[in-house]
Amino acid sequence: MLVGAKNFANSLTWMIGGAQGSGVDSAANIFSRACFQGGLHIFGNREYYSNIKGEHSYFAVRVSEDPIRSHLDDINILVSFDAETIFRHADKVTSGGAIIYDSDLSSTTLQEVPTIDEPAAKRIRELLEKSENPITVNGMVNFAKNNGAVLYDIPYFGILKQFSVEINEPALSKLTRMINVMALSASMAILGFDKEILAKAIKVIFKAKPKIADGNVLAANYAYEYVKSRFDLSQSQFKLSCKPQSADIILVQGNQSSAMGKLVAGCRFQTYYPITPASDDSEFLESNQIVEQTDGKKGSMVVVQTEDEIAAITMAIGGALTGVRSGTATSGPGFSLMAEALGWAGMNEVPLVVSLYQRAGPSTGLPTRHEQADLRFAIHAGHGEFPRIVFASGDIEESFYDSVKAFNFAERYQMPVIHMLDKLIANSVMTCKYFDQSRVAIDRGKLLQILPPSVEVGAAGHYLRFKFEESPVSSRIPLGTENGIFWNSGDEHTEEGHITEDPFIRNKMMDKRLSKLDLALEEISDEDKAVSYGQLDPSLALTVIGWGSTKGAILDALDELALEGKRVHFVQVRLMNPFPTALLERMLFNTKILVDIEMNYSSQLGSLVNQYLHRDSEYRIVKYNGRPMSTSEIYNALMSIINGNAPRRIVLEHGT
Amino acid sequence: MALKLADYKTNVHNDWCPGCGDFGILSAIQMSLADLQIPMHKATIFSDIGCSGKTAHFIHSYGIHTLHGRVLAFAQGAKLCNPELNVLAVGGDGGGLGIGAGHFVSAGRRNVDMVYIMFNNAVYGLTKGQAAPTLKLGMKTKSLPQPNVNNSVNPIALALVSGFTFIGRGYSYDVKHLKDLIAKAVQHKGLAFLDVLQPCPTYNDINTKEWFQGVDNMNAETGKQMPRTYKLEETGYDGVVHDEEELNGKMGQVIERSNEWGSKIPLGVFYKNEHIPTYQERITSKIHNYAEWPPSRQSIADENNGPITTIQKLLDTLRADN
Repeated sequence: MLVGAKNFANSLTWMIGGAQGSGVDSAANIFSRACFQGGLHIFGNREYYSNIKGEHSYFAVRVSEDPIRSHLDDINILVSFDAETIFRHADKVTSGGAIIYDSDLSSTTLQEVPTIDEPAAKRIRELLEKSENPITVNGMVNFAKNNGAVLYDIPYFGILKQFSVEINEPALSKLTRMINVMALSASMAILGFDKEILAKAIKVIFKAKPKIADGNVLAANYAYEYVKSRFDLSQSQFKLSCKPQSADIILVQGNQSSAMGKLVAGCRFQTYYPITPASDDSEFLESNQIVEQTDGKKGSMVVVQTEDEIAAITMAIGGALTGVRSGTATSGPGFSLMAEALGWAGMNEVPLVVSLYQRAGPSTGLPTRHEQADLRFAIHAGHGEFPRIVFASGDIEESFYDSVKAFNFAERYQMPVIHMLDKLIANSVMTCKYFDQSRVAIDRGKLLQILPPSVEVGAAGHYLRFKFEESPVSSRIPLGTENGIFWNSGDEHTEEGHITEDPFIRNKMMDKRLSKLDLALEEISDEDKAVSYGQLDPSLALTVIGWGSTKGAILDALDELALEGKRVHFVQVRLMNPFPTALLERMLFNTKILVDIEMNYSSQLGSLVNQYLHRDSEYRIVKYNGRPMSTSEIYNALMSIINGNAPRRIVLEHGT
Repeated sequence: MALKLADYKTNVHNDWCPGCGDFGILSAIQMSLADLQIPMHKATIFSDIGCSGKTAHFIHSYGIHTLHGRVLAFAQGAKLCNPELNVLAVGGDGGGLGIGAGHFVSAGRRNVDMVYIMFNNAVYGLTKGQAAPTLKLGMKTKSLPQPNVNNSVNPIALALVSGFTFIGRGYSYDVKHLKDLIAKAVQHKGLAFLDVLQPCPTYNDINTKEWFQGVDNMNAETGKQMPRTYKLEETGYDGVVHDEEELNGKMGQVIERSNEWGSKIPLGVFYKNEHIPTYQERITSKIHNYAEWPPSRQSIADENNGPITTIQKLLDTLRADN
């Protein structure tokens, strides 16, 4: 079993939990920022309920000196200021790990925490009864202590009172809002983290509110000194030491990276209807709608919140017809509503990018949880047959570059592009390489801005928007261009765009539209189709295949396996439609054991491999409980496969 | 050289039923475009589906024949990206007030500067005459198996409360009146709605051309037939909100007139209010150079196909030394 990442210096998993709205996110953001400024790499993952205030949320941040891309199951430092966090997570704290908790809550019983739903309460009760502990916070921390965890009981209220006297602020209610930062700071004291860097990070996170920042810095220092003076920290197993951060590393939220790509891509029109976890993309764009340009002019993006997702996609199509790069962002339920219009865009050869941030379905599903179950749907959404490109990013960094590529594909092949992202990418934060704009090129395909006065015309005397010629991709002009009047229709249409039911034209139009996928498959580079990591070890002959955001956990697990001398090859598929069959055949050549890993029930990529390569996967690792796969889970599953004692289908179940 | 009516026509075969009210609306749109001398390529007709949806193919301007109920969303997208376009959206009452009613209401809230012409015949023609949202309760047109069980929507009142800033009604057999109405709608600064009464000769055997002409509506004293429609402007009605103080009064009279039906059906301009900022003006308050530099005018790449947008400042805030 993989327990923690014991192989790196400065390496640990830190977690904070608490009621939604109580500052869990801010504290985790400060922690992430502080570690980042302290020269470390981080990967953070936010988990929360579909709820505004009160339900349990938690934020796990993994820290390392080396780049990391995923989370682990175990917790080394658990930071809490409520009872629920202790009940839900204390049993996952490793031996030598630390638990920070509110000593005033010691006698709180499980029953007294109404937000712990019965199935979870039952599991906790059974755990405590079996270990003969009382069903209280005290019982739970005692359980953890018996596992080797070190307890740090902190009387937050008492400290706050002393603090209020010290800073001469009698309004305690104002100060209670800073308990999150005090708890975080307590953990920093235990870790021996540089106090000055912590203060800097607090100021960055509260940049917009300098007064609040200053108050929080004071509170953080107070809690830090309190912990230092009260506990003997010399034996603490986990420490974080800082060094200068490299200038080419940035700390990025996954809900902003794809949006930043859209800005660079020249997307100038985005529409959306609010939906988790996609809204952040549009809100980021709206907050940054005025853009700097290298020619000194100011560019701008119009962002429209529409009445529903049907309006979002159709309005974006209207924008795209004027020659503007247009996109919309949504999640599963919204994408379901977009299906009809997606077909219209396919029928009329309109370049359009739909950023599909998947979440757990079906229906409303687990609205704030993670899944990769919309792959088949994205490939098939809409009635009839029309071309679309489905392109999947594996992580935050890829999503930046892929957003630009998505627009390039859309314009080059004049068809909708569905850019697959998900909740894990959207709600994680990580250190990655500074996004390099010079690596990005803009390809507008056959977009013309002017036409000569005399153009070739069709039977009705009009410009041939959908001209039959050697290439299935016709020249495209924006609405409003002189000499180029054309028509579009959801009906089958002629080269001019007028309605036709002629059986021969129908065939030619179908051939024209759908053969664009053959062209795309021919032209799109291999690295955008699939990426091969590592080499096939001929003795093991084991290849993992996956797509999307499982990439990070798979790569991290492979690193761990390599340390055990097990060399596993990984193929990340990026172009999901048209399917890169030939390339994958080459990549999987000589693979004896193919392991498909996906966050869904039915192994959707596995079924595509089966369909196109006529090859079944020997093993399928799936997860559909709404919580992302961890390095630990993948490591353990692969190890059991290598050891020959795994079932053909492994369902991962970890998660809180 | 002045543009002529013929310039706005196409030779695409028109397959509407003989006597269809749509012909009058088509002519009126073409005439108003000619009257306003709008270059063909500067106009785009967005259409819903069904019989009225084919309108776009018969007008020589850009023509985008969209999806059922969604025409307003398509049209707004194009107008917001390229405000120089003259955008006309057309569709039936099923598309506008049935499947597309949500878009109708939301379009009103935005007040994008464009025109929406609703072909109102109270039936779904191309699917063979089912009841549409404007068919009155209890009416039984000839292809209905039972009298209409739903009450009708009042399009004028709905447009008003949704926020349309120009509301008019025309009649497809009064082409001259209609083309002037369309021209006024095009010239209006903001979102204009025209409810056009359009007899469907095949499926609506109640609100027929003859019914509108009042063949059955005799004046008891004179013995003459009395047309059911009348023109608001001929009664001294003024729907213009001259200053904002008048708003409540003017809105009240729109509702009052919109409820008239049966033997007295008003045509003309019900309402016009230019005190509400257009959506373009609202964008301009955030993007100051939007009018000169809308999305459709912006270039996004340099001559080497490199992006000209630079997000360096944004990225720098994500660095540790920030």
